This record gives sequence, C-alpha cells and structure tokens, in this order.
Amino acid sequence: MTPVLEIRDLSVDYGQGAGAVHAVSSVNLVLNRGEVLGLAGESGSGKSTLAYAMTRLLPPPGLITGGEVLHHGRDKEPVDVLGLTARQLRSFRWNDIAIVFQGAMNSLNPVSTVASQLDDIYRAHRPEMSRGQRSKRSAELLRLVGISADRLGAYPHQLSGGMRQRVMIAMALALDPEIIIMDEPTTALDVVMQRQILEQMMRLREELGFSVLFITHDISLLVEFSDRIAIMYAGRIVEQAASEDMYRSSAHPYSKGLLGSFPALHGPRRPLTGIPGSPPDMRTVPSGCPFHPRCPSAFDACEREIPVLEKLSGTNGDSSRSVACWLNTPSLSGHPGVGAT
Amino acid sequence: MRFLLRRALFYLVTAWAAITINFLLPRMLPGDPVQAMIARFQGRLSTDAIASLYVLFGLDTQTSMFSQYVTYWGNLFKGDLGLSFTYFPTPVSEVISQSLPWTLSLMGVTTVISFVLGTMIGVYAGWRRGSWIDSLLPIATFFSAIPYFWLGLIAISVFAVTWGAFPAAGGYEPGLIPGFDWEFISSALYYAVLPALTVIISSIAGWILGMRNMMVTVSSEDYVTVAHAKGLPERRVMLGYAARNAVLPSISGFALSLGFIVGGTLLVEMVFSYPGIGYVLFTGVNAKDYPLMQGIFLIITLAVLLANLIADVVYLLLDPRTRKA
Repeated sequence: MTPVLEIRDLSVDYGQGAGAVHAVSSVNLVLNRGEVLGLAGESGSGKSTLAYAMTRLLPPPGLITGGEVLHHGRDKEPVDVLGLTARQLRSFRWNDIAIVFQGAMNSLNPVSTVASQLDDIYRAHRPEMSRGQRSKRSAELLRLVGISADRLGAYPHQLSGGMRQRVMIAMALALDPEIIIMDEPTTALDVVMQRQILEQMMRLREELGFSVLFITHDISLLVEFSDRIAIMYAGRIVEQAASEDMYRSSAHPYSKGLLGSFPALHGPRRPLTGIPGSPPDMRTVPSGCPFHPRCPSAFDACEREIPVLEKLSGTNGDSSRSVACWLNTPSLSGHPGVGAT
Repeated sequence: MRFLLRRALFYLVTAWAAITINFLLPRMLPGDPVQAMIARFQGRLSTDAIASLYVLFGLDTQTSMFSQYVTYWGNLFKGDLGLSFTYFPTPVSEVISQSLPWTLSLMGVTTVISFVLGTMIGVYAGWRRGSWIDSLLPIATFFSAIPYFWLGLIAISVFAVTWGAFPAAGGYEPGLIPGFDWEFISSALYYAVLPALTVIISSIAGWILGMRNMMVTVSSEDYVTVAHAKGLPERRVMLGYAARNAVLPSISGFALSLGFIVGGTLLVEMVFSYPGIGYVLFTGVNAKDYPLMQGIFLIITLAVLLANLIADVVYLLLDPRTRKA
C-alpha cells in the first residue's frame, strides 16, 4: 500500500510560552491510497485540531510547533504541506484534499446559492471551465450525492440538514481530490440520515477511489466503515490497528473503554461499560501516561513515564499495528502482553 | 410579494398615525403665534390689531377640531401645507422645497460617504485584526465622542477663522444666483466641504466599529473556514463570504440613518448657518410657526418611513433567508 498523506511528528500548541496547551503532541499517522482511516477519541482529544493543522486551517492561537505533513501526489515528489507558499497552499486545498466539516448546518454560506458556491471552486481552481461546463459539472455532482439538479438554485436555508451535508460532500468531490477529511460529518444528523450519508460516501469512494480520513467520537461507526482505526487521547495516538483487530482485540485500555461504550450493532449482546472519570484538562495533563488516572489497570510505571507508540503484530501480518501502553512492555508490567488487563 | 404588501400596509397605517399626531401636537401646545406677538410687543397692541392679526394668520374661524382635521387632510392631498408665518406669505411647501435640496445633498452625500468608507475600513480592520488599521479605532471613536456642535465650532475657528481656508457660514457665495452653472455649483461644493468633513469625522466611527465587530464574529463561522479550505483567493473569502454576511446589520442601520438625515441635520445647519431644512425648522420653532413645523415634521416622518421601507426591500434582496419561499 502506498501512502498518500504522511503525518510525521506533528505537534500543535494553543497559545505560546509557559501557558501553551499542547493539543497535539508528536503525532505520526499514515493515510494510504484508497483507504478509510478512522480517527477516534473523546472531545478535546485533539482529533479536529489534527485535521485543521494538516490542512493549515488552524485558527489562532493554534500554532504548529513541529513536524511534517507529506503529501504524496500522483506521479509527484512528496511535498511538505507545512512548507507550501500561500499560492501553492491555495491550489493544494480542495484540489488534493477536501474537507467535510462537522457543522452541517453552518458550512454553507447562507446568502449564496448552492450553484454559486460550487462555481467559486471552479473559478478559483479551474478558470478555464466555461459557464456551460461548470453548470454541467455541478448538476453531475448533485446527482452523485442523490440530489436533483434543480436544487442548484436553492439557498442553504431551503435545504434540510441531510441535504446540506450531501451538498457539502458534492462540493468536496468537485475537483476529484485524492483525500477527503470528514470531521464528524454526521454529528448534527439523526441516525438514519447518518447511515445513509456514510453508506453513500463509501459507495462514492469505491467509484472514485479517494482516501478518507474519518474523524469521529463514535467508534462503532469506525468499526463498520473504516479499514484502519487510530485512537487519540490527550493529543497523542494511543493505538492504531486494522478495524478488525481493534474491534476484536484492542490492546490499549482506553480503546477497550471506548469500544465498551457503544452497543454492538451485530453479534452477541454485551454490557456497556463506559470509561470512568472525564477527559483530562489539557492545561494540566497528568504525568506519565495521561490516561493513568482513569485506567483500570494502571500500575506505578504509568504514572512516571509516557509510553511510546510501539509496534505490535496484528493479524494477517498487518505491520501498522501499534500501541502506546506500558502493559505491552513485559519487562515493566510483568504481564504477558497483548490484551492483558 | 405578499410580504411586501403586508409591509406597505403597515407603513400606511404608521403614516396615518404620524400625520394625525402631527396635526394634534401643535394644537395641544399652549399659546399661538398671535399670543407670541402680543408677548413680543409687551401688550402694546390694540384689540383691533390683535383681531386683524388673527384674520391675517387665518386663526379667526371657530371650527371644531374634527372639521379642522378633515380640512387638514384635504389640503395635504393637494400638497397645500398652508402659509408660513415667518416667511409670510410664502407657502410652506415652497419654503421646504427650497431648503430640502440643500439638506439632502449635503447630508445625503456625507451619510453615504461615511457609511461606505467606514464599512470598508471596518471590513479590513475586522479581517486583519491587530494590524495598524485597529489604531484608527480610538481616533475615530474620540471624534465621535465629541459633541457635534463643539467639533463644528472648533473646525470653524481653525479652518475658517484662523486659517481662512474655508468659509465659516452659508451654502454658497453671497451674491450668486442659484442655478445649474459651474460657478454656482463649485461655490456650493466649496461651502459644503467643512460641514461635510465634520459630519463624516463624527459619524464614521460607528460604521467602522459595527462592521469590524461583525467581521470578527462572522470570520469564525464555519462557512468562512470552508471557504478557506476550498482554496479560494483571500479577497473572495473576505468579501464574498465574510463581509457579505457581516454587512447585513450595517445595511439596515444605514437605511435608518438615511431616514434621520432630515431630522438629524438641525445641529449641523445651525452651526454652519447652512440654508437647509434644519435651519428653517430652527427658525420656525422659535417663531411658533405651526404650519412650517408641521410641514417639516411631516417630511421627517415620511423620510423615516420611506427609509424603513427601503431597508426592508434591500434586506429582502440581500438576505435570502428573509424571503418567503
């Protein structure tokens, strides 16, 4: 599998100096061509900050303090997104990476029609397109997401929440990007609409072959829709595995907690456990493993040192499986490794 | 369309109420112009003189309030606002039609300039907050905090009296005959510079502040982030997405301020002895000139109502959410 986007050692702070909040700390993440990578975590775990940072959309006082975001374009040398000039960045955005944001209700400009907001994209990126080509492409995009072309003249307030999010997806597809980031794309929608939209998104991915970074707090959706899952806690990736492995044998106590917080849609019934306590205040992150105060199997090493993300052998020889937990370092914990609680 | 009809009906009712109050108000005031004259002559008027004054002013007929009201409406539709007492025997409509163009051109143009300039500065200040443009804010606010008549007097004393760069009073070179020739227009423009500048300086801060704050609010809206993410040129994001939405509250404020041009011009015209409607109103009030006051109040009321109607229509055009599907 070839990578299309590679995040290396990315760190993001909010604010500067001693009061800075380390929202994302040394995150490494690889998105492969054509795959759906899920990114899960509680509110404030840094998943959206990560998405904004890799597209350089971080609002102030957010600040990228280190790392690289390498984009491997088709037949192109990898480029560091963080080093692009303003002009290059503008052309990179939407051409290569499009985003579907969480606020389905507010993502569209309330005073412009759907057509004119689509036109803005073509005018900025494909100035050679004629008026006829533009409207043809717009109609085609709407059809792709299951909206009839006569809604092109509609204003956002004339569309339902689900339709607005579909329009956003249509917009994301406008330039045929290689990567689409979906940042909690269905939080504002009801469960039925959620499912419809995600299924449609996955069908489109089959057809068009883009990669998806799917950010959500709903890990049950990820298990179903993504190929691989990365779990974030307090600004760090704590576990990464193929969905199957994550679901059947997650290695980090936090991942287990997350998985135990949702009812399973298929398979035998199991009790919901949840995770005790609440997410850490990012201004005063606990020492050592940030999860240790809430961890049912914490021991003395967890309080002292931050566990590093280490490779773990997954099923089918999946080499990307890794976890950051001292329980998996036998010399420290005295436990046998994977799955120990 | 239905919405517009409903609004129009609303404005008709409001106009009726305003005109009726306009009719009642002076009649409820104590005293009348003849009484004022008696006071001025300290009782040295004979009863015959007083009686002839009443006849002269047309105040001799003893008619009921209701029939006066009916006559008032009838005259109104004929455009007859009565005769002015102070400019006797010039009809009020003529006094107004002579002074209104001065006010409309001076205050209309300055209000538009102030709004356009202030909004543009506000857009940039809000988009690039923390830049040097923000340092304009305290200066502009300082000038708008100074009472207008004081600002005007200082401007007169500095620019007209000490420096002598601009005339201190009037609307055009004395001796010129008003007409559409270059000599008169250039003179009128020259005389308008000082009042116009003071009006702009004292009113621009409001537009800058309002627009800047709305820009700051709108800039953090999701659709602005989306516009950035779409890789649109910054100008397009700033104007088409942020400013386009942020300007909506300012637009209604602007339409309303157009309505207050006629009423709010009093101070300017008094300070600069400008031959506009504010100055005429001032003279009319001093002389208890009911027909003139009524006429001017009527114009003010209609101007405010018209401005409101314009605001409604413009809002309808600019914000699709207010349109009924």
